[in-house]
Amino acid sequence: MMLNFKLAWQQLRSQWQSGDLRVLVLALVLAVTSITAVSFFTNRIASHLNNQGGMLLGGDAVIIADHAISAQYSAEAKQAGLQAASTLEFASMAINSDKNQLAEIKAIDDSFPLIGDFDVQFDKVQFAANNSMQHTQARPEKGPAKGPEKGEVWLEPRLANALNLQLGDKLELGASQFKVAGMLMREPSRGGDMFSFAPRVMMHASDVSATDLIQFGSRVKYQLLVAGDADKVKAFIGKMTPKLQRGERIEDVKTARPEIRSALDKAEIFLGLAAMVSVVLAIVAMLLASVPFVARSQETAALLRCFGASKASIENIMLLQTALLAALGGVVGCILGYAVQFILAHFAGRLFLESLPLPDLTPVFTGLVLSFAILFAIMLPHIRSLKNIPTINILRKNFILAHSKVWLNYLPVVLVVVAVVFWIAKTAKLALAFLAGIAGICLVAGVLAYGLALLLHRFSQSAGIGHNISNSVSLGMANLKRRLGLSIAQIIGFSLGAMVLMLLVMIKTDLMQSWQKSLPIDAPNRFIINIQQNQVEPVKTFIKQISANKSKPQANPQIFAMIRGRLVEKNGQPINAEMFTEERAKRLVSREFNLSSSAVMQTDNKLLQGRWWRADEASAPLLSLELDIAEVLNMKLGDTLTYDIAGDKITLTVTSIRKVEWDSMRANFFAVTPPQTLAKFSASYMTAFYLPKNQDNVLNGLLQQFPNFTVIDVASVMNQVRDIMSKLATAVSFVFGFCVLAGIIVLYAALVATRAARLQESTLLRVLGASRKQVTITMLTEFVSIAAVASIVAVLVASVLSYYLSRFVLDIPYQFNLSLALNVLAIALVLIPLAAWLVIRGYLNVAPKQLLNSI
Amino acid sequence: MLLSESIHSKTTHEANISTSVSTSIGKASAILAANLSKHVGDDANKIEILNSLNLQVNIGESVAIVGSSGSGKSTLLALLAGLDVPTSGVVEVAGQPFSALDEDKRAKLRGAQMGFVFQSFQLLPTMTALENVMLPMQLANRKDAKQQAMATLEKVGLAERLNHYPKQLSGGEQQRVAIARAFAPQPAILFADEPTGNLDIATGERIIDLLFSLNKQSNTTLILVTHDEKLAQRCERTLHLEHGKLSTK
Repeated sequence: MMLNFKLAWQQLRSQWQSGDLRVLVLALVLAVTSITAVSFFTNRIASHLNNQGGMLLGGDAVIIADHAISAQYSAEAKQAGLQAASTLEFASMAINSDKNQLAEIKAIDDSFPLIGDFDVQFDKVQFAANNSMQHTQARPEKGPAKGPEKGEVWLEPRLANALNLQLGDKLELGASQFKVAGMLMREPSRGGDMFSFAPRVMMHASDVSATDLIQFGSRVKYQLLVAGDADKVKAFIGKMTPKLQRGERIEDVKTARPEIRSALDKAEIFLGLAAMVSVVLAIVAMLLASVPFVARSQETAALLRCFGASKASIENIMLLQTALLAALGGVVGCILGYAVQFILAHFAGRLFLESLPLPDLTPVFTGLVLSFAILFAIMLPHIRSLKNIPTINILRKNFILAHSKVWLNYLPVVLVVVAVVFWIAKTAKLALAFLAGIAGICLVAGVLAYGLALLLHRFSQSAGIGHNISNSVSLGMANLKRRLGLSIAQIIGFSLGAMVLMLLVMIKTDLMQSWQKSLPIDAPNRFIINIQQNQVEPVKTFIKQISANKSKPQANPQIFAMIRGRLVEKNGQPINAEMFTEERAKRLVSREFNLSSSAVMQTDNKLLQGRWWRADEASAPLLSLELDIAEVLNMKLGDTLTYDIAGDKITLTVTSIRKVEWDSMRANFFAVTPPQTLAKFSASYMTAFYLPKNQDNVLNGLLQQFPNFTVIDVASVMNQVRDIMSKLATAVSFVFGFCVLAGIIVLYAALVATRAARLQESTLLRVLGASRKQVTITMLTEFVSIAAVASIVAVLVASVLSYYLSRFVLDIPYQFNLSLALNVLAIALVLIPLAAWLVIRGYLNVAPKQLLNSI
Repeated sequence: MLLSESIHSKTTHEANISTSVSTSIGKASAILAANLSKHVGDDANKIEILNSLNLQVNIGESVAIVGSSGSGKSTLLALLAGLDVPTSGVVEVAGQPFSALDEDKRAKLRGAQMGFVFQSFQLLPTMTALENVMLPMQLANRKDAKQQAMATLEKVGLAERLNHYPKQLSGGEQQRVAIARAFAPQPAILFADEPTGNLDIATGERIIDLLFSLNKQSNTTLILVTHDEKLAQRCERTLHLEHGKLSTK
């Protein structure tokens, strides 16, 4: 055994020096790195959620409701020996003289937080210094354990910047003014900035009523936090769960932050699959690189067999070598993966959680298993066939062709890929879709590459023979077809990497831009919600005034009633979230609907089924549903739906189904009734309108008059959406960057696999009278052709996919991005031949006389 | 078109070379080596492979160079063909000081004047028989590369196998493709390096018959390196290489 180990080690060392092994190990390291980087990154977020759930929650458990929580709950918590604290959160406009900004207000009582603390800067000088350092310095061990005093607020620095506020300045919230007493750097129960569009204002709960901000129909999130002994908390949860009313839910540390958990699950799967693309490419590179490695090993094995080594010991040596390489690739890959996840966390910056704990070491196990699985899957068929080939065949060197054609040899590695994809994707549907997608794209790329290679070959043959250079060029072009399999592998490697990156750029910039372009110039850019009945007329007047100077003044601005009701029955049967499997349907059923009413259908709606109501049906119990929601909740014409509106029930019959252009930015509703049907219920109102540039002052005047209004600036929301998309896309591009790297390794592996053949070719060309220049041109032409074909394939496939996305998924006009296509072409035409030239230029220095027998 | 016919239509450039050679040394000489030495290693460990060697081969002549393994046969061939440069001395081809040219110029002259047959065939596995034979003519920009290659392959009996790849051909067939590749551009000088070394005796003999018959038809100068005395005897002149010098022995 020791002897086998020694032989295995010696051979590996000499093969490493000869270069055959390096590309094999490089590809393996890349595969392990890309998977472990993603896995370390998602692991950090998961462990943050698990370890610091209490901190994120602000307590050990929390009851969350969309209405004021009964004092009874709080009393029960105190009875159970737990501490309790109440908070309420809502969105509102924060105003400083002529500036306004939508903010997320959180009002807290003196008991909050139960767990964790604030990080607040009270000192102007300290804040200025820290703000300029972007909060990179160490924070104080413990901040204040209690929220702002009455009459004071704490702001997030970005809100202070937007409103041009300093510590000590006054901030208007509704009907009240507050002193800005602190800059809020971190708060318990808010995991960083994830998906929070508006910055935070922290205020005391007893100040809320004076602001007049909360009116009928306002959306408010009420929370009752509890903390204490784990057993007591558990008992409390057990006791309260059955008592919860509609619109109330209880969360503990394990179920905390469901939105982050679900985003994390999706990110884990998506990034994992993105990393799998690189793994697949790396495997292609490894299959190529294993050819010269195995060939050399077989030569040695043949000699060892001649000298009397048994088949078993040859097999053992190969197995040992494989295990050593897998361990090396696994360990190095894990170390690099650990390093790379820091960059990934940086790119995804502040999208997830602000400060992440270091990852635990579970991904190391993943990395090592992957490394061993891939390498053994590639090597085992070689090792098996080596055992069964007669020694004389090995000495005659006619073994590689003999067994590399057996497709069964590729079966283990295909199985490993399939298994890993299933493991990452978690569901068979997604795994199969991914595998079919990869196979489909490879097939399309392969067929395109094949066609273009044949075309180039034909072109090179028919091209008139002019001068030396054109001969060299046509020889080089023809080489693409001469090494067709390898050429296709290289083209697929490159085009796959380039394609995914192109697609990301297209989605990131093009699709967003064309959507914006598709909006009419005077599309509504502001929404006002929380309008009360007696405020409708002033709002109408306001909109008439600001639209007076426009080409299409709004003579009769539309203000929509919004009545919040819960769907409780369908066709007389109670309806609840458990009856639906789809997440979205569950959510829709368990929260309140906004019902609206209207005499006429909005112009941008399209009636698909049924009919709109007649004038004489103004009070009839009829309902028009939006198509998408009707499908998700499985509702059809003639169904009767019962809504619970503030304790009263009303049953409506579905008489029409509409299609709504949501991206027109106009106010639209899922469910609409005739104008008088809901007249007896109190409603709040909303509208959407176009605010011309530089008219913010006029809007601020309205806000000062009606502080309870919440104005949503569509452009700034869109900018935030775009910012999040761009951050996500950067993080994903980074993972896909591995694909491009893998593509280059495929090229390198193909060069290594053909080294002997290329050396012979270049030397022979020179013996037959070619100059170095001619040989260089011939070889470079081959790689220029590969680059051209690969980028054409990438552009074609990416454009078709992006056309499909914009036309059928996003429903926006498609525009071909010529400059992106040209950039990809230009980069490929420089990068690929350059990379190839760096490897092949060594061949030109071999003296042609080496073709002769001996010196 | 027969090869013998095509010889008459050799380029005027080649005709000029013969003239200049005959002018310079008085007799029609295809290749000339004077005081040729090749040493390897540094001063302390110098190995003399060739030592002030002289050789003149006339146009149309066939010469065999024989010697034991390691006697320097292939080194001499490499120097004569311009694949390597001598430590001292000169090689003249067509009256030009060939060994003094830079590598690309030597390559150009080699492409225009010389053909090669190797022991290990040296066919490119990714090219068909036809493409392999066309290759040197393509490199030299010959418009008739394809016709010439097809005609020559027909002459060596491979008209039916133009589009076969080397791995689809037997060893003897591969060497016939190599011979076709060497003769198709109608070189002035043909170098053969152990052309039967990788073949069995019967196939080797057929290959040699073919080589000499084509050589005779085309009046090409043949320089053949071998350790096989029997094969050497088929040449007009046999030279022995020993201790870095040539002798007629």
